Amino acid sequence: MARSIAPRRKAINTLLAWSVGFLIFFPILWTILTSFKTEAAAIANPPVFIGFDWTLENYQAVMERSNYSRFLWNSIVIAGGSTVLGILIAIPAAWSMAFVPSKRTKDILLWMLSTKMLPAVGVLYPIYLLFIKFGMLDTKIGLMIVLMLINLPIIVWMLYTYFKEIPGEILEAARMDGATLREEVIYILTPMAIPGIASTLLLNVILAWNEAFWTLNLTAAKAAPLTAFIASYSSPEGLFYAKLSAASTMAIAPILILGWFSQKQLVSGLTFGAVK
Amino acid sequence: MFVKNALCAATAISLITTAGSASAETITIATVNNGDMIRMQGLTDDFTAKTGHDVEWVTLEENVLRQRVTTDISTKGGAFDIMTIGMYETPIWGANGWLVALDNLSEDYDAADILPAMAGGLSHDGTLYAAPFYGESSMIMYRTDLMEKAGLEMPKDPTWTFVREAAAAMTDRDNEINGICLRGKAGWGEGGAFITAMSNSFGARWFDMDWNAQFDTEAWANTLKFFKGMMDESGPAGYATNGFNENLSLFQQGKCGMWIDATVAASFVTNPNDSTVADKVGFALAPDNGLGKRSNWLWAWALAIPAGTQKQDAAIQFIEWATSKDYIELVAANEGWANVPPGARISLYENPNYQAVPFAQMTLDSILSADPNNSTVEESPYVGVQFAAIPEFAGIATEVSQEFSAAYAGQQTVEKALSNAQALTNDAMEAAGYR
Repeated sequence: MARSIAPRRKAINTLLAWSVGFLIFFPILWTILTSFKTEAAAIANPPVFIGFDWTLENYQAVMERSNYSRFLWNSIVIAGGSTVLGILIAIPAAWSMAFVPSKRTKDILLWMLSTKMLPAVGVLYPIYLLFIKFGMLDTKIGLMIVLMLINLPIIVWMLYTYFKEIPGEILEAARMDGATLREEVIYILTPMAIPGIASTLLLNVILAWNEAFWTLNLTAAKAAPLTAFIASYSSPEGLFYAKLSAASTMAIAPILILGWFSQKQLVSGLTFGAVK
Repeated sequence: MFVKNALCAATAISLITTAGSASAETITIATVNNGDMIRMQGLTDDFTAKTGHDVEWVTLEENVLRQRVTTDISTKGGAFDIMTIGMYETPIWGANGWLVALDNLSEDYDAADILPAMAGGLSHDGTLYAAPFYGESSMIMYRTDLMEKAGLEMPKDPTWTFVREAAAAMTDRDNEINGICLRGKAGWGEGGAFITAMSNSFGARWFDMDWNAQFDTEAWANTLKFFKGMMDESGPAGYATNGFNENLSLFQQGKCGMWIDATVAASFVTNPNDSTVADKVGFALAPDNGLGKRSNWLWAWALAIPAGTQKQDAAIQFIEWATSKDYIELVAANEGWANVPPGARISLYENPNYQAVPFAQMTLDSILSADPNNSTVEESPYVGVQFAAIPEFAGIATEVSQEFSAAYAGQQTVEKALSNAQALTNDAMEAAGYR
């Protein structure tokens, strides 16, 4: 039976939730507001949040200086490509771990996750040398592979958790009806796990979109995504905060919009199986 | 007639063949994000029109760029055809054989016109490895109105004692005016650069001739105590975390009486579009302490070609274009003389148009008073004014500056910061095989 919550407590909880939400969103809001200020207004101390002269000059300057559409396209291809590659590998891997577990399955899962514990810079030189060897420096395919490998442990873990929630009896019934392994995965398992796969997919796109270490270190001019676009406006010798904010807003806008429209799937997927 | 026609035809064919062999390339250039570099990017069409070569820019924040180009050049990655590097990296990379020697520049380029201090700092064993795009030193920028109000007059070459007294006299806490703004932020290129340059004027040095750390000397104790004492009296709150940008922001808003920092800042603080005190700024040499060394540094952002690039000819053409006298004229025509890249060429300071710029002479005087080969009062084994040009320096100096910043913030004493700096520097130098 659901507990009844007193209206006053509900109001306090709501207020608290909105306050925490606002606190988390505040840096993004400040960035967006700063992008509409002049450079002089951007450095004003104390900062002015509302009563300033709004201007689009920073966006104009950024568009004139940088080829935004190329950075955006690279981000879309790299984030999308690494996600598709990752899902293609993770679904069979998670299936085998969820439905045909061995004694070492848990160990393998933990080992996969342990690769996330190594600081990225620790393998920068080996990866860089491999990229030179295979001619993949400053290529989108190279970054897709690296980002796919980086996020693969998380995808496999998430899918494994979703698959474990699916009753094995359904798959057994399909097998008894003569379904092959391929048919079982494609026609039975995947449709049932769509919410989980969708949220994994979205999370992976967000992680790949925001990844800044490898995308800065393995690209130059051709494959550089929006992270490099932002980095090009940061400077320790010169006050370009308003332009940096404009570039940041342009870089995060697509992923914010995607996150906004898919928040229902994202939340339902992430909380899938949380309550039993 | 036939012979004449035949000769004309042969000449035409040879010209076409020559033009065909010098095919257009696309070169990739890694650079930092600052006003001069962005201006250069905007003028690249002029280079393309003259040579037919296209340029692709990779612009990164200074520290990100350092890591990025170091990774690429040390692995011979070949991602860039030209790299923007500084005076710290150039002699080290030149010695490693990582850079193309710029010893065959064209006669029109006039390499002898490069300021000797810049050419010296960008060379190894007398060979130039990077061409200076712009050079800088550091100097005092001060508020003429506040100085006058305090009843003082800034000498052209002040001492630290005068600067401290003037800072105290100009400080007006009620009106949020700090007598002096200086870098205290951790980082070898931020607060580390400032305190090292300042220590030179106090008779301190990083290493003795046997590469032993010297932070246990009286000279270093005097430097740090003077800095902290003056900043506690007259500096802004939280100065331990202030770097170039924070101080620039304070100065432009009229909250600093004096600011000792990079000479390139002069064009920012005198720009009425950004600065509220643009018409009230004076300039003076960085202070000394009567020991024969001033506290100004020397730096250049320079263009270098990584060894192994497949587009060396086009890269040299670009460097000759970007660091030429003609380029300076091009910027002056488009943006005015105050915005030309300073500190690289002698001829710029002989130009009457540039001499009319208020900070031009002081910039030159500051550059000329810094000697990277003889920066300390006592003899030292390293080259560099605000750094020691050895590969280990950046890592060590970052840690040392963190210790110093902790002392500025009151998290530890000056004595503790110096003893920690002494220990960590000696440990690092021993591990690197210097001791």
